[in-house]
Parts: sequence; structure tokens; C-alpha cells
Amino acid sequence: MNSENKVLLQVINLKKYFPVSRGLFTNRQTRYVKAVDDVSFEVFDGETLGLVGETGCGKTTVARTILQLYRPTSGNIIFDGIDLTSLAENELRKIRRRMQMIFQDPYASLNPRMTVGNIISAPLDVHTDLGGKEKQDKVQDLLRLVGLNPDFVNRYPHEFSGGQRQRIGIARALALNPDLVICDEPISSLDVSIQAQVVNLLEELQDRLGLTYIFVAHDLSMVRHISDRMVVMYLGKVMELADRNEIYLRPRHPYTRALMSAVPIPNPRKARDRQRILLKGDIPSPLNPPNGCNFNTRCPMAQAICFNTDPEYREIEPRHYVACHFA
Amino acid sequence: MTNGTAMKPLMEIKNLTTRFYTQDGVVNAVNGISYTLDPGEILGVVGESGCGKSVHALSIMRLIQIPPGEIPAGEVFFGGRDLLKLSEREMRMVRGHEIAMVFQDPMSSLNPVYTVGFQISEALMLHKKMNRSQAKVRAIELLNLVGIPEATKRFDNYPHQFSGGMRQRAMIAMALSCEPKLLIADEPTTALDVTIQAQIINLVIRLQEELGMSVMWITHDLGIVAEMVHRINVMYAGFIIERGFVDDIYNHTLHPYTMGLLGSLPSIDEAPGTKLISIPGLPPDLIALPEGCPFFARCTYRVEQCHQERPQLENAQEAGHTVACWRWREIQGFGVA
Ligand SMILES: Nc1ncnc2c1ncn2[C@@H]1O[C@H](COP(=O)(O)OP(=O)(O)OP(=O)(O)O)[C@@H](O)[C@H]1O
Ligand SMILES: Nc1ncnc2c1ncn2[C@@H]1O[C@H](COP(=O)(O)OP(=O)(O)OP(=O)(O)O)[C@@H](O)[C@H]1O
Ligand code: SF4
Ligand SMILES: [Mg+2]
Ligand SMILES: [Mg+2]
Repeated sequence: MNSENKVLLQVINLKKYFPVSRGLFTNRQTRYVKAVDDVSFEVFDGETLGLVGETGCGKTTVARTILQLYRPTSGNIIFDGIDLTSLAENELRKIRRRMQMIFQDPYASLNPRMTVGNIISAPLDVHTDLGGKEKQDKVQDLLRLVGLNPDFVNRYPHEFSGGQRQRIGIARALALNPDLVICDEPISSLDVSIQAQVVNLLEELQDRLGLTYIFVAHDLSMVRHISDRMVVMYLGKVMELADRNEIYLRPRHPYTRALMSAVPIPNPRKARDRQRILLKGDIPSPLNPPNGCNFNTRCPMAQAICFNTDPEYREIEPRHYVACHFA
Repeated sequence: MTNGTAMKPLMEIKNLTTRFYTQDGVVNAVNGISYTLDPGEILGVVGESGCGKSVHALSIMRLIQIPPGEIPAGEVFFGGRDLLKLSEREMRMVRGHEIAMVFQDPMSSLNPVYTVGFQISEALMLHKKMNRSQAKVRAIELLNLVGIPEATKRFDNYPHQFSGGMRQRAMIAMALSCEPKLLIADEPTTALDVTIQAQIINLVIRLQEELGMSVMWITHDLGIVAEMVHRINVMYAGFIIERGFVDDIYNHTLHPYTMGLLGSLPSIDEAPGTKLISIPGLPPDLIALPEGCPFFARCTYRVEQCHQERPQLENAQEAGHTVACWRWREIQGFGVA
């Protein structure tokens, strides 16, 4: 990967709380889902940062808050030196073309009544003056770029398979030559053999166009495959961040250890030799996270301190961050 | 335990064929599959979406709706008789009693208006002829067995008060209530998070060892089954295209489709920059099955013969390893990446 380490994006102490009303006539006191609770990380230019964690840990909320689709409760998002949280909506629009998102569900994210051509050219209409032949050429180039037949422009989404629809979503995301593409579970709904097609395409496009990715998923082995560094989240917080091999071979947080040991290994001999760390119980509700370390209800290492003091998120080795009292 | 030929199989399936009549044409969902399942064996059934995994299991259970479905051919020998020939009344005694099935969506088996404990007790009273208090004691034992904390309290909970992983456990408890000889698990962990998935897999392996039943584990993920099953059926377009003991399937892969599936998965010790081997194209339309090899259109090894004639399962070197490919002998020389 690029060794220059130019920082493209900084997420600083990001919090996003959602208010939840508890019925109409009960007491008026509002409670909050702490979907993202003090998250910090950087994304380097040209890298792929993987974001993993189980359902509801806040991955999508982080992604949407980076793009300012949600305004943060507090914290800063610095993109290429500009603090997005201080920008008004009209100023944001100019910056937004440099950041795009690819969504999980290739069925729901494409308008069924628009042709593929119109879907892909919609961002061009909003953000550029391209028209007529120029625009048509651009759309056909984009289709070719993602490995689809350029003659498909007049077809509708339902005429395509899941993998092909995901390619259409990728073409739309790339229409404005973005710097950063946030992929939110782009392959989760696809079959194994089609997942590999899409992952290979994303890697190829990154090489050709110098893209920076944030890749969100809960399939750890695929995230490890595509990422340079990985962030592990749990209940709205970052538990650990490190280079992909470091985090895989030398995980320091007990949650990361359990997560890594639960990754299916497609090799019976290696799978049998591996020691699984089984966590007990379920993930607590984000409405009601535990005091102290938020992993303490399931942690096999928890001591008294874990139940009253939130561990500091700190760099324990160069480029390796952990939030655990015992790391 | 499962050394193939020595044992009398628990189930023997011959030429099972299931299709659906639809407006667009006849969907050939399961196309003449045959195999045996031993007592105490854990069998993995793998393949991509739409390849017939669920339809084949539902056909065994006689849960295919007829019409639009039809089972025009095949035999399913279980406990000395052909399940496909039983009356609906006889079949009801087989379901739950001898063969139990758990589904991806636990709410399809749990009734939201009754407590979990009530539902398990009902099954015990019906199939095991217990009275209510005996059934309650046993139901709590079962909830304990599948690792539901505070089972006595949880007995009175409704399904919506359980988390996804706990519902899945409750459904397994219900399936086990009648001590079936065969448990069919259709993607029971697909919707769950990895740490919860690991709990459920561990649970099923433990229960299989304790209770000695057979298990059929249906999944599209070759990673999940590697460490838990004894044998694997790889399905494609309604056919079994490769079958064998787990080590042979992974370490001596013979069918180009199985190789492609394994190549699509990142390995844990891959070097940075490794490319995944993806399978180009899509599975065939089951309404217009190709005459030759069903994998023809996507296969990198195809030759003219593959287009003309359909390969049948034939024995490879290892005991119990079979493959349906014209070129497996040559291909194995090329090695798997
Ligand atoms: N708009 C919203 N209003 C209220 N709560 C929300 C909202 N969006 C998300 N949440 C809650 O915030 C938490 C984090 O949700 P988020 O979607 O970010 O998780 P995730 O990690 O993307 O999960 P998944 O893997 O299931 O996609 C969850 O508890 C969720 O219910
Ligand atoms: N009631 C039905 N009517 C028509 N076609 C059907 C019906 N049920 C199943 N099929 C078709 O039969 C084929 C096999 O379906 P099946 O559900 O067995 O696939 P599967 O391997 O279980 O896939 P998945 O991994 O998505 O669960 C599919 O093409 C499906 O569309
Ligand atoms: S029979 Fe031919 S087309 Fe089919 S898998 Fe073998 S080589 Fe490929
Ligand atoms: Mg999400
Ligand atoms: Mg199925």
C-alpha cells in the first residue's frame, strides 16, 4: 500500500446518539441509543480501511455520519483538511461528490422505474454540466469500467442479477470520480462465487483509479482480504484498530480474539486445530450499555476495574490501538 | 464411525426428483439425486442460492406443496420404508418424531402468540405422551441443554422476548424434544452474527455427540461446514456434482465448481495482494437446463463432450468420493491454487 501516509479523512471523537421516545403518554424523559460513542480513526489516501463488528454496533451510522447524511451529536469529520461538521448544506454539496457510498442491498438501492443509464447519469446531472453525447459516452465508459455491456443502458434494474445490480451501484458511485468510496456491506447479499467477482472488481478499480475505501462488513475473512487496516467495533465503540495481519495474527482485545477465532476456516485440518473462544450470552442493548467497559458482560477476562472504569482507547504499539485495561 | 460401506444407512435416497409448474415453465429444482446418510453422521449440503438445497430437504420431509410442486420420481428409504409412499397421517408421525427440521427463520417454527415453554411442552405432550408437569420439567431441561440462561424463568417468555440467537436455540430445543434420529438444519445460522453462530455450531456438535443423532447441515458457506461435518454433498442446479468425506472435498477437490467455490473464499494465511478466484457468469436457468454438464457455461475446463452429454457421479480414488465431471482425471493433475 501507499507508504506516504497522507491522511484523507479524520474521524475525531465522533458521537451519534438517536433519541428514542418511549410511548406517547409515559414520562417525557427522552432516552438515547448511543449508536456511535466517541469513535476516532484516520483513513490514509489510497488505502482500504475495513470496519467490522456485529449487528447494531454502529458501522452504518459511522458511515452515514462521515458523509453527513446524519449530523453528528458531537465530534469532527475532517476530509482533506476541511471540517465537514462546520459546513452548511450548500457547501457540503460540492464536497459530497468526492465521497460516495455503495449500499448493501442492490435491490433496494436502485430505483426500479429508472433505466440503468438514468441511474448512473443522475449524479452527473446534479453535479456536472455534461449533456448529450458527452454524457452518454461517460455512462457507457462507466458500464464498461464495471464489466457490464454498454448496450445495457436502456434496461431496468429488475433485468439484472444481484451481482450485476451491485456493479450498477458501483458505476453510479464512480460517476463523479470520487476520492473516497464507503462500501456498506456491498457483498453481503450476494452468493459466494459472485462475492468474489465484486471484490475483485473493487480491488481492480482501486488500483486503476487510486480510490480510498472504507469497507464495512461482518464477514471477517473477506474484510481481511480486502483491507490494509481494520477497525473492530462493539456497541458503538472502537475496540481495536491495527494493520490487517497484525489484528489477525496478534489481536490484543479479548473481543477481537473471540471474533477472529469464530471466523469459519475453509480448511478442515486448520479448522480442527484452531481453538475457538466462545463468548457467552448476547450483545447488550445499546439503549442500556453496561457501565465501565462495554464488553464486560461477555468478556472472559473481565476484572473488577472493568465494571467501573471505561478503558482508554490508546496506541499500545505504533499503528496498533486498543481499548482494554489488560491489553 | 462413518466409514461408508460397513454400516446400514439411516437414510437412503434414490433418484429424488422435484419440480415446480410455474407460468414461465417447469422449474427443475432437484434432478435425480441419490445418496446415503449414516447413523450418527453429520452431512453438509452446500451450494449457491437456488441450487435445490431446501427443496431437496423439504421433499424428504414431504413438505413440498403439490401443486405447484411435484415429485415425479425417487425413493427416500428411512427406517425400512419409503417416506414418499406414506400417507399424510403416517408422515406426520415421522415429522418431529423421527426427523425434525430447523429453519433459517426461527419465527417460521415458533408461534408468536404462545410462550416458548408452552410450545415445547405441547410437542412433548403430543409426541411423548407426557402430562403437563412432566412436559414442563423436560422442556426446562431442554432449554438448559441448548444453553438458554435462566431456563426456568425463560420458560414463560414469548418468542419476541428472545434475541435472534436465543430463538434459534429455542427452535433447536423444540426440534430435539422428540429425540429425532435425524435433525435437518436449513441455514440455521446465516442470519446470526459470527460469535452467536459459533455458539450454535458448537451446540449442535455437542448435542450430536451426546444424543448420537444424525444431522444434515444445509449452508452456502463452505467455511462453516469445514470443521463440523463428516461428509459433504456439493449441489449445483439441482444435481449433486461432488460428494465425499470432508478432507477429500477440501484437500483433494475434483469438480471445477467446488474448486471455484473454495477459490472464492479468502484463505486465512493468504499473502497480501492475493486475488480471489471468482467463477464467471451465473448458474443456469432451471427452466431450460442445458443438456450436457450443468456447469458447462461457467467452466474453464469445458470441452465439446461437456456440451453434449451430462456427466454422472463416478467414483474417484478415495473411498466415498464421487464426482460428476468428464475431465476430473485430467483436472486433478492441474492442481488447485
Ligand atoms: N435512525 C436511527 N434511529 C434510531 N436508532 C438508530 C438509527 N439508526 C441506527 N440506530 C441504532 O443504532 C445502532 C447502530 O446501528 P447501525 O445501523 O449503525 O449498526 P450496524 O453496525 O450498521 O449494524 P448492521 O450490521 O446490522 O448493519 C443500532 O442499535 C440501531 O438500532
Ligand atoms: N414453490 C416454488 N415454485 C416455483 N419454484 C420454486 C418453488 N420453490 C422453490 N423453487 C425453485 O426451486 C429452486 C431451488 O430452490 P431452493 O429453495 O431449494 O434453493 P436453495 O438451494 O435452498 O437456495 P438458498 O440458498 O437461496 O436457500 C429455485 O430455483 C427456486 O426458485
Ligand atoms: S464436465 Fe466439462 S463442463 Fe462440466 S465441470 Fe467437467 S470439464 Fe467442466
Ligand atoms: Mg449496517
Ligand atoms: Mg434454501
